[in-house]
Amino acid sequence: MRTILYILQKEFRQIFREKAMLIIIFIIPMVQLTILSFTATFEIKNTNIAIIDHDHSHESRNLIRKFEGSSFFTMSAFYDSYEQGAEALKKGKVHQLLIIQPNFEKDLKRDGKAKVMVITDAINGSAAAIMSAYAHSILMDFNKQLLVEDFPQLNVNDPIQITVSNWYNPQLNYTTYMVPGILVLLVTIIGMFLSGMNVVKEKELGTIEQINVTPIKKYQFVIGKLLPFWIIAMFEFSFGLVLARFIFGVPMLGSIALQLGTVSVYLIVVLGFGLFVSTITDTMQQAMFISWFFMVIFILMSGLFTPVESMPDWAQTVNTLNPISYFIQINRMIMLKGSVFSDFAQQFYSLVIYAVLMLTLSVWRYRKVA
Amino acid sequence: MTTNRPNVIEVRNLVKKFGDFIANDNLTFDVKQGEIFGFLGANGAGKTTAMKILCGLQAPTSGDIKVAGFDVYHQTNKIKQNIGYMSQRFSLYEDLTVKQNFQFYGGIYGLSGKQIKERTEYFLNKLELSHVANKILKEIPLGWKQKLAFSVAVLHHPKIVFLDEPTGGVDPITRRQFWEMIYEAANEGITVFVTTHYMDEAEYCERVCIMVDGRIEAMDTPSALKNKYEVTSMNEVFIRLARAQSTEQ
Repeated sequence: MRTILYILQKEFRQIFREKAMLIIIFIIPMVQLTILSFTATFEIKNTNIAIIDHDHSHESRNLIRKFEGSSFFTMSAFYDSYEQGAEALKKGKVHQLLIIQPNFEKDLKRDGKAKVMVITDAINGSAAAIMSAYAHSILMDFNKQLLVEDFPQLNVNDPIQITVSNWYNPQLNYTTYMVPGILVLLVTIIGMFLSGMNVVKEKELGTIEQINVTPIKKYQFVIGKLLPFWIIAMFEFSFGLVLARFIFGVPMLGSIALQLGTVSVYLIVVLGFGLFVSTITDTMQQAMFISWFFMVIFILMSGLFTPVESMPDWAQTVNTLNPISYFIQINRMIMLKGSVFSDFAQQFYSLVIYAVLMLTLSVWRYRKVA
Repeated sequence: MTTNRPNVIEVRNLVKKFGDFIANDNLTFDVKQGEIFGFLGANGAGKTTAMKILCGLQAPTSGDIKVAGFDVYHQTNKIKQNIGYMSQRFSLYEDLTVKQNFQFYGGIYGLSGKQIKERTEYFLNKLELSHVANKILKEIPLGWKQKLAFSVAVLHHPKIVFLDEPTGGVDPITRRQFWEMIYEAANEGITVFVTTHYMDEAEYCERVCIMVDGRIEAMDTPSALKNKYEVTSMNEVFIRLARAQSTEQ
């Protein structure tokens, strides 16, 4: 026990000696949390739409006004020909084209039906789907209005009334959704890199050789190396929660104790992973690359940006090995849904198994040899 | 005069191979308590490998080896409690102060807070380095750092201290002081196992063992070796042995 305390004292002295490290550890994650939470959003606003109106009639202007009235669209241009519109779409000046055929009004009045065309830049598939859906809903709305105004005798009423209510995030606020996830990312990155770089740094400097001739036991060394970063990451997570609550107004429905309890286990996984990387590498460069390799895969597959459920089956299988994925789920559930332990027990036990595994591996791999 | 003292290091048929390369070829020797035992050889002769095996940093390929009464295969942690070690490469923490380094290593070896304080003061006074007690190691000259590294290695009063080329890159005056420290440690009953390739330092040892290409070519007191080869300095002894080796090849 005393030995561990001496190691802790030494580690903290080294961490706090370096001013640059303090900035990296404490300031950068907070800046990242602030910036990412405001910017990492899938909401689509200000879609630039160009209108090609071949009809120039009362009804076509009505339709255009509908688009103008939507906050989702910005009228960026009016073109006379399809070619001009296509060119603008190609250059990326506009995201969407609305083309109104000649005789739009006449056809409507005469035949009761007319055609418009919507072309969407679909390079980003999910954004395109959203833009199309918006355009579609405006057109539906316009349709219905026509029916009501021009054919009042039909008495159109939807046979099924749909009431949508969004639970857990009623305003569909992306910040609410992203902050709990980004918070997980930040403590993961800090934890994995700090622990990953630490032991390998001692290898590079040669100080590990002096440690290896002392009677320090493996478990004392591992605890002494992990605990400082665990404490720092716990502090950071708590601080992040405060920011989430008071700067981003993210609701915190669940128990904070439960949240801190789960993050404490999760951090053992992350730090154990970093330490393991540290034990299998010889230079900080190698450790950095290996950590990044896993980190990028884990982050992109974590469900932070894209739902895990829509990934292919094999990817979901791979994801059972992704600790970030488990913890983002847990963290979102606790914060946004107020979930209790039994709601995420399975994910939690997976993390516990993972933590035991990583610690065992790193104690096993750390050899007191030179 | 060394005959009555017990052996603290017993090595029988030590072999260490790295693949096909034989770093240590069948070494057999004993070191007695309180002895200053010099391990000499050219670069790559296998000195450091042998020393690392004795410190429990590497496992031997074969052989019976006991250090401080403990077996190097299964009791490395007990060996480590009883030895001090100073690496070829400076390996104290450069980003901690002198005092903090003493405190850390004292703590690791289980000294009490009071003992750490007393011994730190004792060594700093002896080395006349009290004025740098609170400086970080990065800021002090190499010669001083080497002396501090030696003090840290004997801080817990080990049975044996292993010094791997301790005076590399150090000026002659500091080297001289360094050997005074070694003598003092030996007088206190600490066995000193030192590797070097400075042959003038070999003269300071009670007994030397000269390694050439992984084998022990000669082992005796410096004066006996000089008599045997009919030369006046250890330098000549070494050159004879090394030259004999190269003509054989």
